[in-house]
Amino acid sequence: MDFDVAFLLSTFVKLVAAVPMTLGLFACSVSLGAVFALGITYCRVSGGPLLSVFARAYVFVFRGSPLLIQMFLIYYGLGQFPAVRHSLFWPVLRDPFSCAVLALALCTAGYQAEIMRGGLQAVPSREIEAGRAAGMSGLLLFRRIIAPIAIRQALPAYSTEIILMVKSTALASLVTVWEVTGTAQRLISQTYRTMEVFLVATLIYLLINFIIVRLMALVEYRLSPHLRERPVSASNGGRQGEVHG
Amino acid sequence: MADAPVPAISVRNIHKSFGQHEVLRGISLDAQDGDVISILGASGSGKSTFLRCINLLETPDEGEITVAGETIAMKRNRAGSLVPADRKQVDRIRSELAMVFQSFNLWSHMTVLQNLIEGPVHVLKRPKAECIAEAEALLEKVGLAERRNYYPAHLSGGQQQRAAIARALAMQPKALLFDEPTSALDPELVGEVLKVMRSLAEEGRTMLVMTHEMAFARNVSDRVLFLHEGVVEADGAPEDIFTNSESERFRQFIGNF
Repeated sequence: MDFDVAFLLSTFVKLVAAVPMTLGLFACSVSLGAVFALGITYCRVSGGPLLSVFARAYVFVFRGSPLLIQMFLIYYGLGQFPAVRHSLFWPVLRDPFSCAVLALALCTAGYQAEIMRGGLQAVPSREIEAGRAAGMSGLLLFRRIIAPIAIRQALPAYSTEIILMVKSTALASLVTVWEVTGTAQRLISQTYRTMEVFLVATLIYLLINFIIVRLMALVEYRLSPHLRERPVSASNGGRQGEVHG
Repeated sequence: MADAPVPAISVRNIHKSFGQHEVLRGISLDAQDGDVISILGASGSGKSTFLRCINLLETPDEGEITVAGETIAMKRNRAGSLVPADRKQVDRIRSELAMVFQSFNLWSHMTVLQNLIEGPVHVLKRPKAECIAEAEALLEKVGLAERRNYYPAHLSGGQQQRAAIARALAMQPKALLFDEPTSALDPELVGEVLKVMRSLAEEGRTMLVMTHEMAFARNVSDRVLFLHEGVVEADGAPEDIFTNSESERFRQFIGNF
């Protein structure tokens, strides 16, 4: 197979034009999912037995079933009910982009909630106790001691989830959102050049994820000076700031 | 005796059980300002639980705690257990009783200096610049001035405990509670921590010290309490109690050291 540079270049340009859509899906669903996840985590760790059961059931359902089916159910399934079509949610639920964001957000919320719970559980009780002994409680204790430690503990798992979400946005192409993968498929159906188009698409996803990995590594590095070598013996600092080995 | 001084800490008849096991069976204690009281006892004698009841890290089943004349308000919940009536009061009293833990319990994500100013700035709401100046003086005092920007993980156990003592002092507490402050340390690091504690005693700080350090109990404290099976088995000035205690158990206990 000869390299048709001109074709690769024009494909690249066409697919890059779809990157804002991919990033839009990604940013909306990750942040909406984080909000949902906060609520679910709250239900799980400090709610009563009923809320805790709800949180567990939520996580079970959304982690345990395929995201693609969740997306189909929301986009193609809900519209079958007249009650949904006549509700005030219909403008949102008839729109492919909102449906894709909703499905992605609901799904990542299940994963993010588990990551948050893990982070909270990893906060040493000794440090919480030191906070209490100093007169902290409630929101102050959470804000100053629990949350900062939990976030640091959860960050590596959170980066992984975020990268998975970039890739999951590809599923939105199946509910007619023209992001990178959907655009690639459209190009293929016009040109029959599967290999070249998908390779360019892969390259674009790799570029996006490379930037995200570096950004997350930077955040993690900034937040974890206490896990690095001690200042005086920083000479053998090969591992410093290394996140994904 | 009409105007006897108000004790810094006054504890009346503390009881505490964990399940069927009754750990504390009625302990009382008065500490005047400037008292250094060592509390001795074998593991499982309930001495840590007793200390933790004073600042309500454990809630006693019975009893009354008064700090500088202010009694902690308690009430019964529906199950009949004693619970604090006013969480804000508990927080405030805790901020007046600084605690030093066996395992230091420094906040791992903060530098030494940040550990010191955390309570004063965010609990006592004092101006940050003032807190930093005081914290630096305290670090000088415990010999950690150069380590102010280190994280706890970068310090030795002895340095961590000295930092934790400085963090306790930064709260300008009415009394200091020490929960076996040297028990988690390597033997060669115990001395540096005891030295700091001794200097605090000499300054006239009010201190309750749970310890296994007999020399500290004997030479530094004004008074020694020996707990055994949840009650005060022996109580007195160190020079008396160490030489001629009436308690057979206490004589056995110190015989082991």
